[in-house]
Amino acid sequence: MYYRPIGVLEEPVIESKPAYDGHIQTTKFQKFLLGMGSGILALTNPKRGDMVALMGESTGECSLKYMQSCMSNDPTGRRILADQPRINSATVDLDELAKLPEGTLGHEYIRFLNENGIHPDDRLPVEFVDDPSLAYVMTRYREIHDLVHLLCGMPTNMLGEVVVKVVEGLQTRLPMCVLGGLGGPIRLGPKHRNIYFTTHFPFAVQTGLKAKSFFNVYFEEEWETDLEELRNRLNIPKIPQTPKLKNVHKT
Amino acid sequence: MALRRVLRSSLGFRRYSTHFGYETVSENEKGQRVGEVFSNVAEYYDLMNDAMSGGIHRVWKDYFVNKMSPRSDTRLLDVAGGTGDIAFRCLRHMKNSALPDEHQSGEIIVCDINAEMLKVGEKRAKQDGLELKWVQGNAEELPFPENSFDVYSIAYGIRNVTRIQKALEEAFRVLKVGGRFMCLEFSDVQNPIINDVYDWYSFNIIPVTGKLLSGDWKSYQYLVESIRQFPKADDFKNMIEEAGFQEVHYEKLMFGVSAIHSGFKLK
Repeated sequence: MYYRPIGVLEEPVIESKPAYDGHIQTTKFQKFLLGMGSGILALTNPKRGDMVALMGESTGECSLKYMQSCMSNDPTGRRILADQPRINSATVDLDELAKLPEGTLGHEYIRFLNENGIHPDDRLPVEFVDDPSLAYVMTRYREIHDLVHLLCGMPTNMLGEVVVKVVEGLQTRLPMCVLGGLGGPIRLGPKHRNIYFTTHFPFAVQTGLKAKSFFNVYFEEEWETDLEELRNRLNIPKIPQTPKLKNVHKT
Repeated sequence: MALRRVLRSSLGFRRYSTHFGYETVSENEKGQRVGEVFSNVAEYYDLMNDAMSGGIHRVWKDYFVNKMSPRSDTRLLDVAGGTGDIAFRCLRHMKNSALPDEHQSGEIIVCDINAEMLKVGEKRAKQDGLELKWVQGNAEELPFPENSFDVYSIAYGIRNVTRIQKALEEAFRVLKVGGRFMCLEFSDVQNPIINDVYDWYSFNIIPVTGKLLSGDWKSYQYLVESIRQFPKADDFKNMIEEAGFQEVHYEKLMFGVSAIHSGFKLK
């Protein structure tokens, strides 16, 4: 027994063995506290990526189930759920991808990573999701996040992140994405907010509603596909230009 | 829990295994894992202390140092003193209680097994312009000769030591005759209602706060479990007497959440 009941406030027993490596067991009340706390901290200090991640994990159970069912209804999605492929430096040969011809998904992905100073190993492991298969869905969500950025043509500054959050929110129904999409614009300066509401937000909504789910894309098999062709196949509308702005809040 | 304890003592495991929070681990492992905990939390240690105790730990430490009442000629060893909370208070007390023109012959040495914690303490000392000695060492095997200190203090450190009795014996060794052992540590709450509230707070709020503020759940889970594994105030008093100390007394603070144990080396 991991926890003992404490009066009426504590929930009864939870499983004594962690469900997967790195799993931290928590009660519903603790998940609630973590969700609230991380939401506030993420909004007030967007640099705390771990708080954004935590918010997703502690509030995302229903959404993860929805995503899992979406994936189960698609043949490629089913394969992904069965194979549980991972995207990190151990599973993907980043050097090989860089050598692919320009315009391919693999080549553009590496270019995107280098331009924005990010790396697939930066993703935090999932800790608070209790079901191991849902934990994989969450992991997959994190690992394809950069690819979603690439497909939507959005940079990793605050403006781009908010757009991607809106797209992801519509595709995944994760409360963290929805709230990030709603709350994020508050942190944008007036110029960027203007750009956001005139071109980027409509684009995000259209993409979120019309595009095919990114969770059913077996990216590992698409490295050599032409990026534009992939975007067309996924019904992503025309991508608005994000002008290079000074002082755009970097996440 | 009870079953584990029965198994451990009946199978003779008591001598060879110890606890890391609620996990039973080998003695070597405990030292290493405690080390990891404190390397992880060093940076946030002071912030988390304030957040978890609502600032009350400051009151406890002030009271502890007041009780100790170090003088300007006291030689003090503060063990597991990492970030310097006790040492800084003692230094200020010594400065304030010195007569004008009195030569300061006292000395404070802060000893901690963890280099990260010492670094945080040294940084704080520089910021405040205080002069102290910082030595890395193990409470079970202190790098000091016998009979060298007037006071040995250990605040919120002894529960992390693998072999507590050994640490107590070391304390006895390095103290001069007439020297005082003082320990401030979490203790047992006897009142059942307050204990329930305290437990609820410990298990629900503390690891959550740790995760939110410092991104580390596991270290703070360890913290609340290690408090419950530590001997009760009376048992600890017996352990101190076993190490050779006399006139051993304890005083509970805030219903037993913390307690100050004190003993003297009279022979």
